[in-house]
Amino acid sequence: MNAALKRAAALALAAVMFILPLGGCHGSRGRDQFVMPEEFDASRNYEITFWAKNDTNVTQVNIYNKAISDFEALYPNIKVNMRLYTDYGRIYNDVITNIATDTTPNVCITYPDHIATYMTGRNSVVMLDELFRDARYGLGGSELRFDGPAESEIVPKFLDECAIDGHYYALPYMRSTEACYINKTYVEALGYTIPETLTWDFVWEVSEAATAKNPDGTFVLNGGNVMIPFIYKSTDNMMIQMLRQHGAGYSDAEGNIGIFNDVTDEFLRGIAAHTGSGAFSTFKISGYPANFLNAGQCVFAVDSTAGATWMGADAPLIDISEDKLIDFETVVKPIPQYDPENPCMISQGPSVCVFNKSDPQEVLASWLFAQYLLTNDVQIAYSETEGYVPVTTKAQSDPDYRAYLTAAGEDNDLHYPIKIQAAELLIDNMDNTFVTPVFNGSASLRDAAGSLIEEVTKSVRRKQTVDDEYLEKLYGDTTTLYHLDEAGRAGGVAPGEDMGPLPAASTALIVSIAAVWLGILLYLAFSTLSKKRQYHR
Amino acid sequence: MKKVSTFTSLLLVAVMVFAMMAFAGCDSGEGGTSPEAFAPAEGYMTHAEYEAAAVDSEVKLDTYVQATQSWWDGKITVYAQSPDGAYFIYNMTCSEEDAAKLTPGTRILVTGYKTEWSGEVEVAEGATFEIVSGDTWTATPTDVTSLLGTDDLIKHQNEKVAFKGLTIEDISYKNDEPGDDIYVTVGYNGASYEFCVEVYLTGTDSDVYTTVGTLNVGDTVDIEGFLYWYEGVNTHITSIKTVG
Repeated sequence: MNAALKRAAALALAAVMFILPLGGCHGSRGRDQFVMPEEFDASRNYEITFWAKNDTNVTQVNIYNKAISDFEALYPNIKVNMRLYTDYGRIYNDVITNIATDTTPNVCITYPDHIATYMTGRNSVVMLDELFRDARYGLGGSELRFDGPAESEIVPKFLDECAIDGHYYALPYMRSTEACYINKTYVEALGYTIPETLTWDFVWEVSEAATAKNPDGTFVLNGGNVMIPFIYKSTDNMMIQMLRQHGAGYSDAEGNIGIFNDVTDEFLRGIAAHTGSGAFSTFKISGYPANFLNAGQCVFAVDSTAGATWMGADAPLIDISEDKLIDFETVVKPIPQYDPENPCMISQGPSVCVFNKSDPQEVLASWLFAQYLLTNDVQIAYSETEGYVPVTTKAQSDPDYRAYLTAAGEDNDLHYPIKIQAAELLIDNMDNTFVTPVFNGSASLRDAAGSLIEEVTKSVRRKQTVDDEYLEKLYGDTTTLYHLDEAGRAGGVAPGEDMGPLPAASTALIVSIAAVWLGILLYLAFSTLSKKRQYHR
Repeated sequence: MKKVSTFTSLLLVAVMVFAMMAFAGCDSGEGGTSPEAFAPAEGYMTHAEYEAAAVDSEVKLDTYVQATQSWWDGKITVYAQSPDGAYFIYNMTCSEEDAAKLTPGTRILVTGYKTEWSGEVEVAEGATFEIVSGDTWTATPTDVTSLLGTDDLIKHQNEKVAFKGLTIEDISYKNDEPGDDIYVTVGYNGASYEFCVEVYLTGTDSDVYTTVGTLNVGDTVDIEGFLYWYEGVNTHITSIKTVG
């Protein structure tokens, strides 16, 4: 083969090599799918990172530390390095950043909403289906060096919350819900009796009554200058639960947004009215509900059951000076309801996901640690730090845990009654909990839901009018700010899932490039032959 | 001729330098301008006007950056002070590129809403700003030690302040280990006060962060920081020195 033909052949090969990857690159960005090793290689050493979240609670940190040291004693060849956060948002942001640089942690406390976004990096999060069911290293597996739960021993509802598109991408770690912490002394002073099931109507009515002032401007109820009768910590939950209780739109699993509806309108107008009268505010605008409740400046404080240790006159954790505390009777109830016969409330709390790495053995080591967090020792100890509930029936039925619940009120520390009542609130209502659909963008939608309430509350306080025009603008701004018009089911692609045909534009691009290369090759071949002829002339 | 030309050039340079210094007369560097002499840009408030403004009303501030917390997610929290008073601007809307320009002393015009959060009077999240170039000013810490425990302390809220001769009563890390905020309990005249090394302000590699970690209960210290408020005085410490 002469030089010209070699060059033409090389160009043709280069063209083929250029075009081939173009056709194959669709959907193949990121790591290869995790493949389960034959067995765990215990002869090697592993160092894994665990990004954990605590509720500004040192006891929880100590439990993580003990879990790590106990695990490392069982698996001396696995070292676990923990990085602590007190804010899910920061973990989320850091993970997103680290996906881009391929420096994700191995194991991470997270929310399923967040995992849906992490999955936009293909195979960045390990699908756990195979790991769950592996006879040796899976849940309750024969080769585990600890007594972990079988899959059937994880509360099914909590486990289902970790499935995205029919596949598991996380393990539940702890579960909580929201509760309404009530100053019963104040409610009764206002002439009301707390009903068996708290309703929105009741909360608003009592809250309005609590805004009454003396001629000197102080509040009748507490004689002070500050009284915010109803304070909500997580306004995203407030909106989500209200819509659910009404059966109104929020979103579907495909990422179709339904939050801007008549029920939302009505609810926001109500929020505006109660803000205007001084009956309502939020954590973001005024401060921690617990601080107002404990200072006698609030009647109804809604916060997570995982914040119960801060709630009440005898709370073991307080954030205000002793001289500001007042004595009152605290009652814990589920959040206000529209239909007391069919209560519903959100299920929340941390889950654990495992990030994919190039070394399957490292992933398996990570999976072993993630699983270890579901052992009874960890589950029971951690759940007792707050109003959390263990996610396994194995832990929930453990005699130690039952004894813990029974001992409620024996002291104001480990057995602080408000905390244990908050946990029991969830145990009693596990069938009444729900979660919102997870998709790429669902975390943004959640933020948007809360922002609607925050914006309305702020606007009223700033003397702006909340009317049709305001709401229309608010919805438009919210859609833009939170990219709700871009949300949708793009949360990565499950391994093996058929992605369908290439988009027409992509196909056209590839065909065009191929045509150009073909043209170049034909030209080169033609000119080579022409030159050859000239040489012979 | 050549000598004359050089002399003339030098003279011109000298004149220009003096002229520039005169034009930059408002650039008083560190703590030079008196509160009375400070005049905010037209349409912007004096600190007295800010104090008089109702909570939840719009405020417009002409002030100088003293420090910032770390930029995050399109927002930055600013400790700001003018010669006539100080401000805490929470989660001001800011690009990462602009955040790099908010160095201590930078003059900024801020538009936002006044709010109060757990006792801290501040500019609410979402304020906007523009940088005024060519003018800088940094505050000299005011010694407010004698005001601890008095109603007058809050009058200095958000200012860069100094405390002398406080006793360390307790030091605890937020998560029981380095990496996050450090809670510092100090004593003075028989009363205790909760101060804080705010990690988003100082970072973990700063002198103040590492120094606090070496202190012992009973140490006597001088402290500088911003007079932040959280359910009471909660100074965000920027400097700490052992004096006994």
